[in-house]
This record gives sequence, C-alpha cells and structure tokens, in this order.
Amino acid sequence: MKEKQRGNRQILILTYSISFVFLCMAGYFVYFMAVKSQKVINNPYNKRQEVLAKKVQKGKIVSADGKVLAKTVTDEEGNDTRVYPYNDMFCHIVGREDNSMTGIEGRQCYPLLTSHANPLKQLGNTLQGKKSPGDTVVTTLDYKLQEAAYRALGNHKGAVVALEPSTGKVLAMVSKPAYDPNRVKQDWEALTNDSNEDSALVNRATQGLYPPGSTFKVLTAIEYMMENPDTYQKFQYECKGSDSFSGNIINCYGKTVHGTLDLKSALAKSCNGAFAKIGTTLDVSRFRKLTEKFLFNKELSVDFEYNKSRFSLTEDSDLGELTQTVMGQGKTMITPLENAMIAAAIANKGEMMVPYAVEHVENDAGQVVTQYNPESKGQIIEESLAKKINKMMQAVVSEGTAHSLQGLPCTVAGKTGSAEFDSEGTSHAWFIGFAPADKPKIAVSIVVEGAGTGSEYALPIARQMFEEYFGN
Amino acid sequence: MDKKEAAKKLIEMFGSFDAVGVAHSIVVEVSKYVIILLFAVYTWHCFTVFFGKNAERKDMVYRRQNKIMYAIHFICSLVLFLNSLDWKIALLYLAQLAFLFFVNKAYLYVYKNASKLILNNMLMLLMIGFVMLGRIKQSFAVRQLVFAAATCLVGLFIPLIIEKFHSFDRFGKVYAVLGICMLALVFVIGKSVYGAKNWIVIAGFAMQPSEFVKIIYVFFIAAMLARASDFRNVLVTGAIAGVHVLILVAEKDLGAALIYYFTFLAILYVATRQPLYLAAGFGAGTAAAIVAWKFFTHVQKRVTAWQDPWGSIDDAGYQVAQSLFAIGTGGWFGMGLGEGLPSRIPVAESDFIFSAISEELGAFFAICLILVEVSCFILFINIALKMARRFYKLTALGLAVEYIFQVFLTIGGVTKFIPSTGVTLPLVSYGGSSVISTIILFCIIQGMYVLNCREEEKIERETAR
Repeated sequence: MKEKQRGNRQILILTYSISFVFLCMAGYFVYFMAVKSQKVINNPYNKRQEVLAKKVQKGKIVSADGKVLAKTVTDEEGNDTRVYPYNDMFCHIVGREDNSMTGIEGRQCYPLLTSHANPLKQLGNTLQGKKSPGDTVVTTLDYKLQEAAYRALGNHKGAVVALEPSTGKVLAMVSKPAYDPNRVKQDWEALTNDSNEDSALVNRATQGLYPPGSTFKVLTAIEYMMENPDTYQKFQYECKGSDSFSGNIINCYGKTVHGTLDLKSALAKSCNGAFAKIGTTLDVSRFRKLTEKFLFNKELSVDFEYNKSRFSLTEDSDLGELTQTVMGQGKTMITPLENAMIAAAIANKGEMMVPYAVEHVENDAGQVVTQYNPESKGQIIEESLAKKINKMMQAVVSEGTAHSLQGLPCTVAGKTGSAEFDSEGTSHAWFIGFAPADKPKIAVSIVVEGAGTGSEYALPIARQMFEEYFGN
Repeated sequence: MDKKEAAKKLIEMFGSFDAVGVAHSIVVEVSKYVIILLFAVYTWHCFTVFFGKNAERKDMVYRRQNKIMYAIHFICSLVLFLNSLDWKIALLYLAQLAFLFFVNKAYLYVYKNASKLILNNMLMLLMIGFVMLGRIKQSFAVRQLVFAAATCLVGLFIPLIIEKFHSFDRFGKVYAVLGICMLALVFVIGKSVYGAKNWIVIAGFAMQPSEFVKIIYVFFIAAMLARASDFRNVLVTGAIAGVHVLILVAEKDLGAALIYYFTFLAILYVATRQPLYLAAGFGAGTAAAIVAWKFFTHVQKRVTAWQDPWGSIDDAGYQVAQSLFAIGTGGWFGMGLGEGLPSRIPVAESDFIFSAISEELGAFFAICLILVEVSCFILFINIALKMARRFYKLTALGLAVEYIFQVFLTIGGVTKFIPSTGVTLPLVSYGGSSVISTIILFCIIQGMYVLNCREEEKIERETAR
C-alpha cells in the first residue's frame, strides 16, 4: 500500500501548481476580454469592420452640443454611404472612413460598429434581416467654437486648437488646408499628388511641427523663475534694440528699443535681448528636464495621430544655439497641440491634462456605454509658480504685444510669437493663451503659416474665438 | 453560397412566405447562445460529477453529457448547413455522428471500468474540432475524421496490447534509441514548415515524428526511473532526455522541446521525490531560455511578437495580433458559427484554432473549452494516483503533464499570455500526427487504468482466498 502511494504527494504538488497556472491563464483571458479587447480590436489591421457592418448600421459622431458630424445613410438598394454634413470643417479631428480611416472615425471604428441597443430589439432586427443601430460617439467638440475658428483662419494655412484646461477636452481643432471627407475617394489623386504643397491630409494641429517662436519664452521665464525663486523679481535688462552675446547678435523685433525691463515687462514686450541674457544664466540640463516634463521629446498618450515636439538643447550646444533656443528659434519644434497643452497646464494651475476628443459613447437610446474621463499628467509646475506666470501672461495683453485682446468680456492671458523659419525672415504667426485669466475655461493655441507676426494674424483669430465662446 | 442567398433559396423552395426566413434566422442567431449554454452545463458536470457517491446518478450524468455532445454537434452542423445549403455538410455530419456513436459504444465495452468522463471529453474535443474544421475547410474535416477513425480503431486493441506485453518497463534504452532515431530522421528526409524543420514525408503522408516520439519518450523516462532513482541513473536518464530536447531545439521545434523538457522534470520529481531536482531543472531551463533568446533570432522574434505584437504587426507580430483581433472582436458570445473571419488568422485550423473557436463560438465557450482540457488533466492525474505499478504511475503522470503542458503552450500562445511556440491544441487542431498521437495517449492512460483495476482485483481475490 505504501509503495503504491509513493510519489503521490509530489504528483499532487505538480497538479496544484499546474492548475494554478491555468487559473492565471483563464484570469488573464477574462481580463483581456473585459478590459483590453476593446482597444486591441480597434486597429486598422483588424479587417472585421465589414463583418460587423453587415449586422450594424454604423453609428453617428456628434458634437458636444448635438450637431451630427458624421452619419451613415442607406439608400433604397441597401448601400451605405458615410456622410459628413459639415464637409471639410471637422475633417481632421473627426477623420474619414474612405482611404484608410483616420481621426475619431478610425479610433472609434469598432464602438461605432457595435450596437448596445436593447438586446430584444436587436434580436428582432436580425430576425427581420434589419441592421441594428450602432452606438453614437459623442465628442467634446463645441460646434460654434469650431465654426468660429474655421472661419477666422480663413484661407490661411495653419491650425487652431482649443482645450478645456481643467479636463483636457478638445473644444475645437482646425487644420487648414482642409479636404472634404465626403469626396475623398474622388479627390484622392489630387490630395496625394507630390506636387501638391497643401498637404491637406495632414492634421497640422497635432502633426505639424513649427518653431515655437516667442511663445516659448513662457517656458524660458518659468525655468528662470524656478532657478532664481528669490531674485527673479530683481531681474533687470536695458534693451537697446540689439545686443551681442560673445559675438552672437540678437535683435529685437524690428530693432525696437524696449528700454529698462524687468522679467514681467520683458515677457509682455517679448524682448529678445532680455531673454537671450536670461538664457546665458540657465542650467541647460535642468531646462531640458523642464521641457520634458512639459512632454517635449515624449509620448503625449493622446488618442489621435500626432508628432512628438522636439527640444534638442544639450550641455554641448554652443552659445548661439542657446540664445536662439531660449527665445523660441533654434532647433526646437512644437505642434500646435503641444503648445495648447502648455497654455492649458498654466491655466490649470500647473496641472497638465491629457487632451481627449471623445466624451462618451452612448447607445441609440442615449444610455452611456463608455465614459471617457479626464486624465492628468500630474503637476508639472507648482501652483504658486503657475499663478505668477499667469499674471505675467495677463500683462502681455494689458501692456504688451497682445493688447488687441483687450476689451473682451473677460480678461485674457497669453503670449504672441513670430517664428522665423527661413533665412528671408518669413515667419509663422503664433498665439497661445487662455481666458478668463482668473478662472480659465478655454485655452487656445493658434498658428498661421508664413503670415508674419502673431499680433497681426493670430490675435484676430483668438479674439473671434473668445468672442464666440463668451458671447460678445 | 452565403447566408443571405441560402435564406433566399429556402424561402423560394418553401413558398414565398416570411415564416421560413424568420425561422432560418432564429436557428442561426439563437443557436450560438444555446451552444454556449449546453457546453457550460457539460463543463459544470465535468467538475461536479465527483461529488456524491451514487453510481447510478453518475452514469446518468455521463449519459447527459453524451446527449449534450450530440446536441451541440447537431446544432452546429445544422447552422453550417442552413448557411450554405451544401449537402456535403449533411453527409459529413452523418459520418461524424456514426464515428462518435461507434467509438462511444465500443470503448465503453472494451475499456471496462475506465473513466467515462475521459471518454466523453475525448469525443467532445474531437467533435468541436470536426465542427470548426468543417467550417474552415471541409477537406480538413474529412481528413481529420479519417485519421481519428483509424486511430480509434487501433485504440480498441491498446488494452489488449498492454496486457499481453506487460514487460513494457524493461526496454528503457530501446525506447530512447528508437525515439532519437525517429527524431533525427528529419535531418535526413526532413521538410521545413513555418520555420521549423520537424516534418517528414513518407509515401505522400507528411508527419511530425516528435508527436509520436513523445509517447515512447515518456515510456523511456518512466522505465528508467521506475527501476532506480539513484543519482547515477538520474544522470544517465537526464543525458539521454537532453539529447531528445537538443535535437528538437536544432529542428527549431521550440514547443516540442519545451514539452519534452518539462515532462522529464515532472517525472524526475515524482520518481525521486526530490524538490532540488525540480529547482535545478527550472534553473537550468531558465538559463537555457535566456541563452536561446540571446543567440537565436527565431527565439527573439517570438519574444518580441509576444511583448509587443503591434510594433511588429507586419512581421513577427502578425499571427498573434490577428489572433487577438479574432478573439476580441468575437466577444463573449462570439460572432456565430460561420459569421467570423477566421481565414484572417494564419494557420487557424491548427496552432490557432483556439482563436477561431473563440471568435465564432465566443469567449464563454472558449473558457469552457479550457476547463474541459483541465478536467482531462485532473482525470489523468487521478489515474496516476491510483496506479499500483511504479512504471504505470510514472507513465500516466508523464503523459498527463505532456498533454496539459501542450494545451498551456497553445492557448497561452494565442492569447498572448506567453510567447507563441506553435503547437497544436490536442484533439481539436487539424493534423494527422497530432490527433493520432493524442488519441493513443488517451487510450494508453485508460488502458493502463483498466489493467491496474484488473490486477488489483486479482490481488484482492488472492488475499481473500
């Protein structure tokens, strides 16, 4: 009897261990199904849309205020067409269905093709050979604001991003030139033609990389204040319109003589000399760390196509590059989205929120299926510092380069910029800012390509958006 | 013919009233929930039948499991038929039904006292394989049926063979020589399939020697270690087992190499009752895995594909990504039989059949499938525990571990739980070698158990006298 049972204890130990491993595997499988699968299947390599589309009428994409931005219409013969009622106004953020899906169309393809309608109703539909209604994707987009931005940008190339600072909700996102997603199949050849310099398919708001110009001085000022918490208020610079730093000549815009400046007025007047001077005192590696906290060179973890913004200053960079970089020239490249995130983080007392454009997904009866919640990237800078820089950005409007934004129903804080991008001095016009300055509800980032100065081209757009958002 | 056309044709055939169309959709749509429910009940019985001693009640449960299997088989075949109106499906169904029925009856007769649950599970798994293969490609199902039928026929004689030659445990080294020769044969007349050189073709039949050798490999280890478990013997056995594993590594058949290695460790541990061997074995295995990962690109590829299939979706990650798409899109209840896109998953009929099943029959069904496989393993272990002869005990354990470890590798691989190693799901996956060797494995365990019962009865009678 003993001989018979020899080794049974070991067999049982093995069995329990193996059963435990299987339990883990089954647990992992359940976890995959319940949590991860929704995101996994939403991949352009998954070709099951057509299979799902046989049973489900693809859902609508609507703006936060209920305007239909994309819907599927079925003709009498049962053919489905995806229709975009506002043509090219939302083409980049909402995206397209034809010629490889993009934007929300791509990212929410499977939720749109899934029906959470009443199961009995669904069963009834299938039994009658009818399709069930797919879920509706409700975006964070504000139709009126989007329209205002779209109009204000006019025929210029460029991009506009508007975020809600406390949540990261994308209120508006415009990129121009735009294209008509209704006609993308017919127009495809023209859109992708090499000689076509419009690059209308590119979402400039998230993928366009521009030199930040003077808008970058906000970060330089933050770094200076962090390095000199007790003495930055005593900073003084005598601007003569032009200055030389070990042979590197720095001119102010139009060689304007700004006179005696402290940090606040240097930012307000966007004095290049003063910032070059500040730059020579900065600890480059700390500065680099700050920019990386603001997500330069980093993944943004946003759910749309984007490019990483680049900050490439190192301890080995020469003085010329240093002085150029601190005032927003040099090799730094930024997307309008990233610049909007910087403005929104300052507006949100130093806490950066991840931008997102889908508020929730609901079924045909309006019941919420998936809710997307704000996600924080953490406190990037201290709250007190954020408040101080906020005040300084208010001065840009009250006494500096953005004075044309005065007289709105609320106070605005911001920073203009003109980013030179070729040797002839042609520049992109920039504006980043937020309003109301004391309790920000909206942060914007605007770039107008090759237009000139920010105050001339970007500010009127900002003004129209603020007017639309807060009422005249 | 697709589903819509089939429905149209049915309506035409039975007159132009909607009732036929509606009835058609009801069968096709509602069936998937019924199938899941039936299979869940079946799985429930797999684990609960042991509670309670009433033999009559147990028999009733086993018969109910049989009925459930026939019901699922019928429903699945009906759906496949209604969606295509292809009469070949009806013929195939009848042939499969005859097979299941005959094997069920004959085995109950030949394998007296054997575990009915193991038999039920074996038939259930074969049936699921038949249905899925028939859905993917009819010719697969036909061939699978032929192989299964032939093997089951041979299986009827296995208890007899075991009884006649009960000196099985005397040929330890003979098994090893035979096994190594068969494995090494692929270097001479081998053929590469999916990067692994582990196939040979004899008279037009392609087969995988490692599938057959794995049975006599267990015989070899069990025979060696049943006799003596001193250090010298362990060393010799380990060295010879190592040769097996190294040949498989050289063939790039990583899945088989892992199964062989782990099986050796398990038998060694039980034979010596020495946890140190197990620990040392795991240590050496881990070290070997790291070395393999450092030096072999085909190992690196598998690991990369596991870590991030999306990053290499065009290349190494393609299979796993497609598998996850299928499982994820299918959802908890599945797309319905014939409604998915398993053709998108590479080798959906063999290594990735679990994904195809999960896609069309649903994740609930797939979880039940995992549980049924685990139930088989537990039953095998139960037999190993009861075995009186040492050789039988170690063999039963070795085969049980071999079986469950293969299940772990394939399901873990296709769900991205572990890197994919490219092994089949026993009894379900398409493949002559795989299905033949697994049926034989089931038969040997059952046969040994039958023999064990008979021997014990004899001893009891003798002591009573």
